[in-house]
Amino acid sequence: MVMAERFDYDLERQAFSWEQAAATLPRLPSGGLNIAHVALDAHVAAGHGDDVALICVDETGGTTRHTYADLSGATSRFAHLLRSLGVGPGDRVMSLLGRQVEQYVTALGTLKNRSVFSPLFSSFGPEPIRQRLSLGEAKVLVTTPSLYRRKVAAMRADLPHLEHVLLVGRPMEGTLDLTAELAAQPDTFEIPPTDPEDRALLHFTSGTTGTPKGAIHVHQAVLAHHVTGRYALDLHRGDIFWCTADPGWVTGTSYGIIAPLTHGVTLVTYAGEYDPRVWYGILAEQRVNVWYTAPTALRMLMRSGAALAQDYDLGALRHIASVGEALNPEVVVWGEEAYGLPIHDNWWQTETGAIMISNYRGAEVRPGSMGRPMPGIEAAVLVRGEDGRADRTDGKVTPAGVDEVGELALRAGWPSMFRGYLGEEERYRSCFADGFYLSGDLATVDADGYVWFVGRADDVIKSAGHLVGPFEVETALMEHPAVVEAGVIGKPDELAGEIVKAFVTLRSEWEPTEELRGELLAFGRKKLGGLAPKEIAFDQHLPHTRSGKVMRRLLKARELGLPEGDVSTLEGAES
Amino acid sequence: MSTPTTRPTADAAREAVQAAVRHVVPDADFDYVDDDTPLRGEFELDSLDFLGFAETLASRTGVPIAEADYPRLATMATCVAFLTGARDGT
Repeated sequence: MVMAERFDYDLERQAFSWEQAAATLPRLPSGGLNIAHVALDAHVAAGHGDDVALICVDETGGTTRHTYADLSGATSRFAHLLRSLGVGPGDRVMSLLGRQVEQYVTALGTLKNRSVFSPLFSSFGPEPIRQRLSLGEAKVLVTTPSLYRRKVAAMRADLPHLEHVLLVGRPMEGTLDLTAELAAQPDTFEIPPTDPEDRALLHFTSGTTGTPKGAIHVHQAVLAHHVTGRYALDLHRGDIFWCTADPGWVTGTSYGIIAPLTHGVTLVTYAGEYDPRVWYGILAEQRVNVWYTAPTALRMLMRSGAALAQDYDLGALRHIASVGEALNPEVVVWGEEAYGLPIHDNWWQTETGAIMISNYRGAEVRPGSMGRPMPGIEAAVLVRGEDGRADRTDGKVTPAGVDEVGELALRAGWPSMFRGYLGEEERYRSCFADGFYLSGDLATVDADGYVWFVGRADDVIKSAGHLVGPFEVETALMEHPAVVEAGVIGKPDELAGEIVKAFVTLRSEWEPTEELRGELLAFGRKKLGGLAPKEIAFDQHLPHTRSGKVMRRLLKARELGLPEGDVSTLEGAES
Repeated sequence: MSTPTTRPTADAAREAVQAAVRHVVPDADFDYVDDDTPLRGEFELDSLDFLGFAETLASRTGVPIAEADYPRLATMATCVAFLTGARDGT
C-alpha cells in the first residue's frame, strides 16, 4: 500500500524534464521505443511476468485473471498472426469489441508488429463504423460474430481496404477464427526496432463540420501516458486500477490499457453495463485502489445516494479521478461524503493523447476546476477574436488576463501530442498558432493557476463524456426521405451533461406526426447507434447563416430560452 | 399488509413494458424476443435510454420504481413479475 504523500506542485514542475522522464522508460533491446514493450515485455524481462496484469469481470461476476506473461505471449502470437497475414508497419488494425481480453491483445499485439491500432466503440451504429473503417483504410478488423453480423457484414463490399476480419468466436463466411489462428502462432516475438516517432494509435474524434478526424499518435506518446499515470492517477506497481471508460474511446486506450500497464499495475475491466450495485461490488471485491471514471457515472451514483456506497467496503480505494467533461463542484463535494475521498477532475482531449491539466493527490482540490497543468505542460488561455476562437491576427496569439474567458491552448511539442489528422494536413495545421495547440475549449485561469472550464468554442456536443459531431448526425438524418435539412445541438442534461437533440425540416409532402418522429428516432438509432439523437423536434424554419449553413448556436439559444439576439453569450459566433 | 399501489395484470404489465421500450426505441420488435432475453442488450439501451425506459414504465403503470429495483427490470419475465408484485424468488 502506498502512503499518502504531500504533493508540492511548484517543486515538481520545476524539477521535471521530459528528457529525464524518458530515461526511466525501458528501451527496446533492438533499439527505439515501443509502447507494447514498455507495457508488457519489459515487465516480464524484469521478473514481473507472474504479476496479474488484467482481471476481466464478466456480466455474471465471474473473473478471469491474466498475468503480464500471459498477455506478453498472447500479444506475441497476435503480432505473428498479423505478419503472416501480410499486415506490416503503419497498416491499420481496428477493433470493434466489448470490454474483453481480446481488446488488450489486439491493441498491444498490433503495436508489437508496429502496425497502427484504432479502436471503435461497439455501440456505434453501422454508419459511423463504415465511415471510420473507410477513412482509416483499415486492413484488419477484430470483432465478435454478433457485432460483425449486425454492423459490418452487409457493407463489406464497400470496404475494399479491409482484407481480414478476425472473429472472437465462431467464424462466418469471409472471416477468420481469431482463437484458432492465435493458437497456431509462436508465443515469443522480437519487436523490431521502433522509432519513437513511428505511428502507433489512431483515434477518431468529431469536429463541427465534415467527416470524423483521425488523430494520429506515435510510440513516443507512451512517455506522457506513463508520467501522467503517476502524476494524475497516482499509479504505483502493485495497485489495482479500474478505468471505467470503454476501450473504444481514447481514455479507454491511454488509461484503460497503456498508462497503467507501464506502471506494472493490475487492471480491472467489467464487461457489463452500468449498475451502481455492481460497480460498488467490483470496487469492493477487487480491492480497487485507484478508480478513474466519468462525470456522468458519478452523477448517476450520486442519484443512488451516499448511503449505498457505505454498504460496500471501499476501504482499499486511495484515489479517485474523473474525466470526460467538467465535473460539477457538488459532485466533488458529494464524493467526500460518499467515499471519504476527493474526486480529482482532469482535462485532456483525443488530440492531446494524455492528461494535460489535473487536480493532484495531496494538493488542494478546487471543486469545479480541472486543476493545474501537468509538470512538463505549459497551458494558456488566449484572448478570442471575432470567430470566437483564439485571436490569431498576424499569426500571433495573446494570453488572456486572470479570470478572463478565452480559448484554452497548450504549448506544442509534448510527447503525446497528435502528429496529424489522417489525410488532412490543412485541418491539422489549423489547430496550431504561434507555437500553441488550440483546444477549441473555452476556459478561465485564476490567480493561482487553476483552470476552469467554460464551454466549447464550437458546436461539438459532449454527451456522457463522448464527443459527438453534429454534422455526422445531421448527415445521417438527411438520408431519411422525409428530411430536407437538420440542425443538431447538445441539449443540457442533468446526467449526461448534454444529450443529442435534432431539429428537422420536413419535405413539404410529409406531416409532422408523432409516428414520423418515432420513425426518425428509430432511423437515427439504426444508422448511428450510440451517437443517435435522443430527441427530435420538427422545425420548418431552421435559422441559417448568410452562407446557408444551419445556425446551431441560435437553435441552442432557443432551446435554452436565451434571447436569440444575444448569441454571443453562446461562446462565439457562427462564421 | 395493504398494497400501496394497484398492480397491473400480467398482460397489462407486458404491454406497458413494450410501450416503455418503444418510447426509447420506437421500432422495437418483440416478435423474436423471448421472455428471458436481457432487454438492454437486445435493444442496445445505454444508461440514459434505460432511465427513460424505467421512468416511462413507472408513469404508465403507476408502480413506483426506485433505482434499487432496476436490476429487476432486466428481462420481460422479471419486469412482469416485478410490476405485478409477484414474488420472483429473490
